[in-house]
Amino acid sequence: MTEMPAPIPLRERTADALPWLVTAAMALATLALAFGPDWSSLPARVLMLIGFVAICAHLLRGRGRQFFNGPVAYIAAGSLLLLVVLALFANEIAPQNPYDLRQLDIMDGRLPPGSTTFDGAMTYHLGTDEQGRDILSGILYGLRVSLSVAIIATLVAMAIGVVVGIYAAWAGGRVETILMRLVDLQLSFPSILVALMLMAAFGRGLDKVVIALIIVQWAYYARTVRGTALSETRKEYIDAARGLGLPVRRIIFKHLLPNCIPPLLVISTVQIANTIVLESSLSFLGVGVPITRPSLGLLIANGYDYMLSGQYWMSMYPGVALLAIVASINLVGDRLRDTLNPRLRK
Amino acid sequence: MSVLEVHNLQTHFFTDAGVVKAVDGVDFALNEGEVLGLVGESGSGKSVTGFSILRLVDPPGRVVGGHIMFRGQDLAQLPEAEMRRLRGNKIAMIFQDPMMTLNPVLRIDTQMIEAVRAHEKVSAKAARDRAISALAKVGIPSPAERLDAYPHQFSGGMRQRVAIAIALLNGPDLIVADEPTTALDVTIQSQILAEIQELARDTGTALIWITHDLAVVAGLADRVAVMYAGRIVETGQTDAVLTAPGHPYSVGLLGSIPGHGQRGERLTQIPGMAPNMAHLPPGCAFAPRCFNADERCRSDAPGIDEIDTGRALRCHHPLITPGVSA
Amino acid sequence: MLVYLLRRIAQSIFVALAMMVIVFFGIYMIGNPVDILISPDATPREIEETMARFGFDQPIYIQFFTFVGNALQGDLGRSFVHGESAVTLILHYMPATLELAALGLFFSVLIGVPLGVYAGYKADKWQGRAIMTGSIFGFSLPNFWVGMLLILIFAVELRWLPSTGRGDTVDVFGIRLSIFSENGLQYMILPALTLALYKASLVTRLARAGTQEALVQDYVKFARAKGVSETRILFVHVLKNIMIPIVTVLGLELGSMIAFAVVTETVFAWPGMGKLLIDSILTLDRPVIVAYLMMTVLIFIVINLVVDIVYTILDPRVRVTGGTA
Repeated sequence: MTEMPAPIPLRERTADALPWLVTAAMALATLALAFGPDWSSLPARVLMLIGFVAICAHLLRGRGRQFFNGPVAYIAAGSLLLLVVLALFANEIAPQNPYDLRQLDIMDGRLPPGSTTFDGAMTYHLGTDEQGRDILSGILYGLRVSLSVAIIATLVAMAIGVVVGIYAAWAGGRVETILMRLVDLQLSFPSILVALMLMAAFGRGLDKVVIALIIVQWAYYARTVRGTALSETRKEYIDAARGLGLPVRRIIFKHLLPNCIPPLLVISTVQIANTIVLESSLSFLGVGVPITRPSLGLLIANGYDYMLSGQYWMSMYPGVALLAIVASINLVGDRLRDTLNPRLRK
Repeated sequence: MSVLEVHNLQTHFFTDAGVVKAVDGVDFALNEGEVLGLVGESGSGKSVTGFSILRLVDPPGRVVGGHIMFRGQDLAQLPEAEMRRLRGNKIAMIFQDPMMTLNPVLRIDTQMIEAVRAHEKVSAKAARDRAISALAKVGIPSPAERLDAYPHQFSGGMRQRVAIAIALLNGPDLIVADEPTTALDVTIQSQILAEIQELARDTGTALIWITHDLAVVAGLADRVAVMYAGRIVETGQTDAVLTAPGHPYSVGLLGSIPGHGQRGERLTQIPGMAPNMAHLPPGCAFAPRCFNADERCRSDAPGIDEIDTGRALRCHHPLITPGVSA
Repeated sequence: MLVYLLRRIAQSIFVALAMMVIVFFGIYMIGNPVDILISPDATPREIEETMARFGFDQPIYIQFFTFVGNALQGDLGRSFVHGESAVTLILHYMPATLELAALGLFFSVLIGVPLGVYAGYKADKWQGRAIMTGSIFGFSLPNFWVGMLLILIFAVELRWLPSTGRGDTVDVFGIRLSIFSENGLQYMILPALTLALYKASLVTRLARAGTQEALVQDYVKFARAKGVSETRILFVHVLKNIMIPIVTVLGLELGSMIAFAVVTETVFAWPGMGKLLIDSILTLDRPVIVAYLMMTVLIFIVINLVVDIVYTILDPRVRVTGGTA
């Protein structure tokens, strides 16, 4: 990692930049997926899947054997991939479009798993909710909402955190003190509390949830990045780069940033899982995503009233899906931390 | 009568870099009340030998062969539960660094009383009384009050005294002392040495004193065993070994003690480094550093030869001739 | 020690003031404070009265001092819904939340410490790995869903424990508590377990890391050389050493327990201040929201202060150096 500021060949530079370009493109595509009036086109989503796999492959290049050290790693990675595919291709896979009210039949409300429509044309494998919506379809679309909201919020928060963290470490002095005090202050309160207060102020809505989730997370990244950046700026190669009279921008982008990113990637994996849980909690409490775009948390909340009367499937299955996605991300994150960052290994 | 007989002890460490034979066929015996000095450089396997006797070798290390006969039973074969009953009871150990051996968050009384009650069903009061007398025996002033203190309230020397008191609590037949004075100031070192010598004599406890310092052994031990690369290379009565060392390595160890040779004479050093235990040379392990080595030393390893009663050497070219030792 | 204490208290007061500034200007940023602190159904006379009490006709810095002054006297407006003082309302609901959080914390130690110590002891064995993988699931299970499952299993299917509500309470110094009545405790078990699960995973990880670190220390080897049993080594020598960091972290986590109680209380219809908060958010009862925020901030600050002090008492090494410094 301690590269000296020598001219880097163009091919290498493109190779370095490629993962970031892919990540940025993915972020934009996720944005479209979450907010787009109708779901993005199929080719775009196929491209997203390729991008997702490419980023994972890039992260693990040469360390595959370390990562896949046992059955748990295979199961976690496999189920993560499966869930991402399900979320991306919900339109194609789901038996019903749960947002299209014309497809719903209120007569089919609260049917237990395995029931069929009146004409027998379609089976509700996981039952229906009170509006006659197929739970399985709801889960697939809800999975997409949960995932895309969490990914956008995490990526944007990471970008803000990186900027603030590096700026603080680079500027030093009073700017650093004030910024870091602010970060400390925010981090001394649990994220759910901050998010709740923000949502209480904003009101529910997809965009508002994303903004709240960004505000909740940025400080965490800022602290981490500042820490890494501080230890990096003390290293000799930064001095060397400064001594060579390289412009600040170049030092930051070519030397500081590449060293700050790897630990961040590990954190952000786990952070996406935390964000999914946080968003689902907010939605469960009725202050998260709007009812027109239900996430897994909102689906669980919708079914909750029927739970005590034994109609468990409305809450149970979205909950299983939520657990599956969060657990597989966390397990993958845990393996990633062990693989990419042996220093963190305990 | 012998308290401990160690036959062909082998303790190996199974590391990623390969098998390290830290102890590779060590034999010695210890009589009642006898003091044995186990001497060698760091990495020679002397500490591992000590820990092997108590079966306290940390993984990846393991006793893989040999017999450790203690009062007729083989410790190497003993079930863990019975081994635990011997530890601290019949066989006690004193560690190198007194700053690390006492649990920092437990009071001294807790740590002493548990050592008594691990082996005997006595009341806490009785155990406490025994702890007080043990502390008094090792020269800790006002032991009853000091019992309520935490380890950090003691100096290094005092902590080592507490550790010694703990070792003495149950009147053991054997104490293994692993460089117990190395981490202490020189003045305290000699005090503690004198005290241990006296205590061992008074109680008739056999003692294995592990050290890298031959000078320490000189005044203390009845017999000396010099270890190199996991093997004993020379053993004999302390006086005999110190006055007329037979192994070139013993000579080297003696040469690096100040004040041993003539005044003004340069301290000799053993050239080279302690061997890499994962890759020992094929012949005599000491050959690469030996002033006396020839082709034979480099190709086949010498066996141990008893050249006199109680005097044995592992060398193709011993520096003393049989029957001439003092 | 005294100097340290005074400095910590001064720091806490500063944080409290900073939070007041943020809350106050936050209210301004969202909109007109009149709208936030005065019910939309209020009569013109009431509006005028409240305006005067908070000085909304005054310049902003005077308004800020009035806000701070009122807040210090425990006046953060009147609940639109309940018609009571918001602070009184919060205080009324607070004990239920605190006792739930306390029991949850207790459960998380009860579950997490033995699991973590065992996982540390068997770190490289399958048992240790299984516990660690399990703890990841503990992190991953959404709080509310766990609560629902527990209700489904223990209340609906098995009928062992009541599902929702609070049950009997006992008056302790005028405060209604469930924890001292058998019936009340039954109502607490499921919500407290739900609340405990996430922290239990955290405690497990902390305890494992601490155990692994402690087990290679000389004092453990020395204890073994004394013939002390493995059980005693783990649960006296190791535990005493790892409890200091665990207690510190847990003390700090008590605050987040209270925050997370919002979700748990909603699931179990537990009448604590978390449920009050959600109800207030859903009914736009803003004075209660502001009061909740200020009160939790206060609780957090007090907790941080207490944890710091307890920490210095717990660790005999810190105690002595702290005494001389």
